[in-house]
Amino acid sequence: MAKHRRNQPIVSASTLKNTFDRRSMVVGSIQGGIGVLLAARMGYLAIAENEKYRLESESNRVNLTLIPPRRGWILDRNGAPLASNRADFRVDLIPDRLVDADTTIDEIGALLSLSPARIADVKQKVAAVSGFQPVEVASGLDYEQFAALSVRLPDMQGVMPQRGFSRFYPTGPSVGHLIGYVGPANAEEYDEEERNPLLITPGYKIGKDGLEKQFEQELRGEPGARRVEVTASGRIIRDLDTREDIQGEPVRLTIDGPLQDYAARRIGLESGSVVVMDCATGDLLCMASMPSFDPNSFSDGIGSVEYAMLREDARIPLRNKVLKGLYPPGSTVKPMHCMAFLKAGIAPDEAITCAGGRRIGNRFFNCWSNHGRVDMAKAIYQSCDSYFYHFAQLIGFDKVAEMAKLTGMGEEFPLPVTSQFYGTVPNADWKRNKFDRDWEPFDTVNASIGQGYYLASPLQLAVSSARLATGRHVMPRLTMDATPKGFDQVDFPDDHVRYVRQAMSDVVNGPGTAGRGRLPFEDIKMAGKTGTAQVVSLSVSDGRSGPWKYRDHGLFTFFAPFDNPRYAGAVVIEHGGGSGAAYPIARDVMTFMFDPAKGLEKLNALEKQWGGTAQQRLDNKYARYAAERGEAVVAAPRRDEDIFDQVEAEARVAAQQSEEIAEDFVAPREEATPFGAPTPLPNQTIGPAAPTASPTTPAGTP
Amino acid sequence: MSRAGSIVPEPIARQPWAMLIPLLLLVLFGAAVLYSAAGGSMQPFASSHLIRFSVFLVMASIIASLPREFVKFMTYPAYIGVLLLLIAVEVIGQVGGGSQRWIDFGFMVLQPSELMKPVIVIVLARFYASLPVGLITDWRAILIPGALIAVPMAFVLLQPDLGTSLAIAFGGAVVMLLAGLPMRWFIGGGILAAIAAPLAFFFGLQDYQQRRVMTLFDPESDPLGAGYHIAQSKIAIGSGGIVGKGFNNGSQSHLQYLPEPHTDFVFATMAEEWGLIGGIFVIGIFAIILRWGTRVALTSRDRFSSLVAAGMVATIFFYIAVNLMMVMGMAPVVGIPLPFMSHGGSSMMTNMICIGALMMVNRWNRNAPRGGLEN
Repeated sequence: MAKHRRNQPIVSASTLKNTFDRRSMVVGSIQGGIGVLLAARMGYLAIAENEKYRLESESNRVNLTLIPPRRGWILDRNGAPLASNRADFRVDLIPDRLVDADTTIDEIGALLSLSPARIADVKQKVAAVSGFQPVEVASGLDYEQFAALSVRLPDMQGVMPQRGFSRFYPTGPSVGHLIGYVGPANAEEYDEEERNPLLITPGYKIGKDGLEKQFEQELRGEPGARRVEVTASGRIIRDLDTREDIQGEPVRLTIDGPLQDYAARRIGLESGSVVVMDCATGDLLCMASMPSFDPNSFSDGIGSVEYAMLREDARIPLRNKVLKGLYPPGSTVKPMHCMAFLKAGIAPDEAITCAGGRRIGNRFFNCWSNHGRVDMAKAIYQSCDSYFYHFAQLIGFDKVAEMAKLTGMGEEFPLPVTSQFYGTVPNADWKRNKFDRDWEPFDTVNASIGQGYYLASPLQLAVSSARLATGRHVMPRLTMDATPKGFDQVDFPDDHVRYVRQAMSDVVNGPGTAGRGRLPFEDIKMAGKTGTAQVVSLSVSDGRSGPWKYRDHGLFTFFAPFDNPRYAGAVVIEHGGGSGAAYPIARDVMTFMFDPAKGLEKLNALEKQWGGTAQQRLDNKYARYAAERGEAVVAAPRRDEDIFDQVEAEARVAAQQSEEIAEDFVAPREEATPFGAPTPLPNQTIGPAAPTASPTTPAGTP
Repeated sequence: MSRAGSIVPEPIARQPWAMLIPLLLLVLFGAAVLYSAAGGSMQPFASSHLIRFSVFLVMASIIASLPREFVKFMTYPAYIGVLLLLIAVEVIGQVGGGSQRWIDFGFMVLQPSELMKPVIVIVLARFYASLPVGLITDWRAILIPGALIAVPMAFVLLQPDLGTSLAIAFGGAVVMLLAGLPMRWFIGGGILAAIAAPLAFFFGLQDYQQRRVMTLFDPESDPLGAGYHIAQSKIAIGSGGIVGKGFNNGSQSHLQYLPEPHTDFVFATMAEEWGLIGGIFVIGIFAIILRWGTRVALTSRDRFSSLVAAGMVATIFFYIAVNLMMVMGMAPVVGIPLPFMSHGGSSMMTNMICIGALMMVNRWNRNAPRGGLEN
């Protein structure tokens, strides 16, 4: 070897053969080594890591899908459903899985013959939501549609037709504001509940408003689960096992379903609310607010066309007027103010002279009429303003305000509702805090007849009426499992109560301001108090004609039977043009209460004139609106919460409308159609200090 | 050579049954796996797998019967022919506006790069067999074979098909190594490759290829992209355990979690249902076949035969090793099927050409005069 400088062996055929053999052995050994290595690697995967991969393989194969629990029913006091569930077929989209969203939606739309507006809504929603959230395309499908879609399923990624349950509100709009509605959870709600997978299960709805939202946890129930074998693309091969869902707890309300429906329908074409309470328990029997929406049609989200229609309606169908309508209570506060006078020691027979008004301080304030000699009873049944100017000034309005608060004005009740407005009982401190101005005599004058800064909700008026009727501190309750409260607290002595009851009965049954409010029964008499609340000054409108939104609110508080009250309540008709719009409704509602057949007879006649029940009118209106405007509507705000926040904000602004005219004396209006009312003096003299706000006294009352 | 009086006729008895029977078992086993991969059906994979094997087995017997001189004579023309086909693929691809690997002849679709794998082995064996013994350490001994490998590799890379071009290079390199080139050239080449690899990775590879390589080091980084294949394959193999989930019971393949359960990932499909036992069986049969091939190479009397045989073994081995490493998460997803099990005509053809060539050399060995030292 040494003689080869570069250590180069002599190359010959045999050395090459040796090299070949040697290297072949090396190459073969390497190959064998790699083979052993591969076998070892496989052994490692299959033995050492077997458990891990077995689990992963199972979690690939098995998909756990939640079965949305059936929602608990909402029942009325007699166990009849106000909100139930009905089995139906539905279709959802999983936006994440859609390959070509627009094409797929168009195809489904054609298959199910959806309206163009609906298709546009779905497209918009699919574009807007994040990937995990299912979007409902349609529910309540019939079997043929469902089958047609299921057949096409293999071509349509991300489309989920399924059997399920959808919420059903048998009386539709009548319970819209009270019960609220359900809808799919949005991103925030999902995050709030720590990303509970139930919330993004297709077909699962949560309460979005009203009692549905308030009782969400009770109504929800326990989801069931279904273990299925799925392919990598999510197609279900077969069911493995299923755990049934547990239906949510029912919630039993104190509401009387038929009464609620009756009252809602009886409001008719007006915009307003009816509250009826049970005087013995404080049960809220009826909290009707109309016009309303149909909660059945909200459950898949609020459609653009529907939203536009509801938004453009000046009667604000999205606002729950029972809880979030605030109105100057007007003359309905007078019986309650009398309680304050009685408490302050004013004798009921102490009288004043109404000369078409009364001088308070150095200024003359008009009454709505000229009542001559007025004692307390007449002041109530004839609704004489002068009497209240005088005595409120005499005892000081702070005492009156105290009494108002005792009867529920300005009070927030412990009810399971999402929000309630509590209004205003004005007094000197309140005015200073709010406006930094002193309390003036005209403030007392305004407030003494329920005008000025005074604001109350229909619920408060009803509670106030119940407390006056019973003399007890009745607390309203909305669910049957709440205990009746307040009956051990006596607010008023019996003799005061009896006196006021009689005077309020005379409003209806005697020479009062609501003669047409008599119940059609010999033995049952309703007591009440009319109220007419102005919202703009006389220079803008006379309160009965002209633009709807300038007309006076009509109010009526009542209880019946007058001598042993079982039911108490309040009716408020927004811009009804006076109390004449309100008390006939109260009359019919009470008629229905004591004799449903008689009540329905009246309603049927009225509904014939109006063009159908509230539900029918709403449906027709929607159809008309969609036909006219369907193409040109503005998209709804994406979140339901935004819609209702906006409505609530507007409700607060609307409630301040009457505050604007409270800057000065609000000349009172005529009380509606009294029987045997005294003829007011023609062309009532003008108060010297209030020339601009002087009433053009109504030419005459029937 | 043959014992008269044996029951088995001589032409059958002289066939290399030690290799053919395991091969047949493997192909049948492959068909069973493909039957399962099709969801329990002979169609569309298993039946065509068996038909192809039968056709290519006939082809392999024809190859096995070729005389040595004819093969030697045809080597260079065949190489040039396949090279022209590779160029044709590139031209058709350019004209057609998009890269492709196939030529459609109407009656069959041919992938010329597959043909190049055995052809490069034979052409290099031919070159070294005719190279004068003393010149083996000369620069010409590496330059010309280098060019012979580099030209087809370049065309295959253009397609782009990294897996096949590496297979060509591997087959060629093994022949060069066994031909007796000085070891230091290989060491030097290895160092050069170590330097060139990162450069090639960053400038030579397509984006998707880069990602596949990167995922190898961190499969969880991209569980739904390139890493998905490897992760699902490992799940299939790992969840099979020792005895597997049972024939036709693989959830990974049947529910489409496993990508390509009938081609590149057929081993994972098999392992899920047959477990480690099935895996050892497959690896064992490959070992038997390759060991037989290596023996054929070692018992060859002449340089050409032994280099051809050893190169064919290396080519088959490359398929097996890269595929198995890929499905077990040890190599990037390069798209190389598993010989005799994966469904696919091209790889079946290539591997059967290799088998045919080995049988051919085996026949030459039997017939060769004992001291035949011709080159």
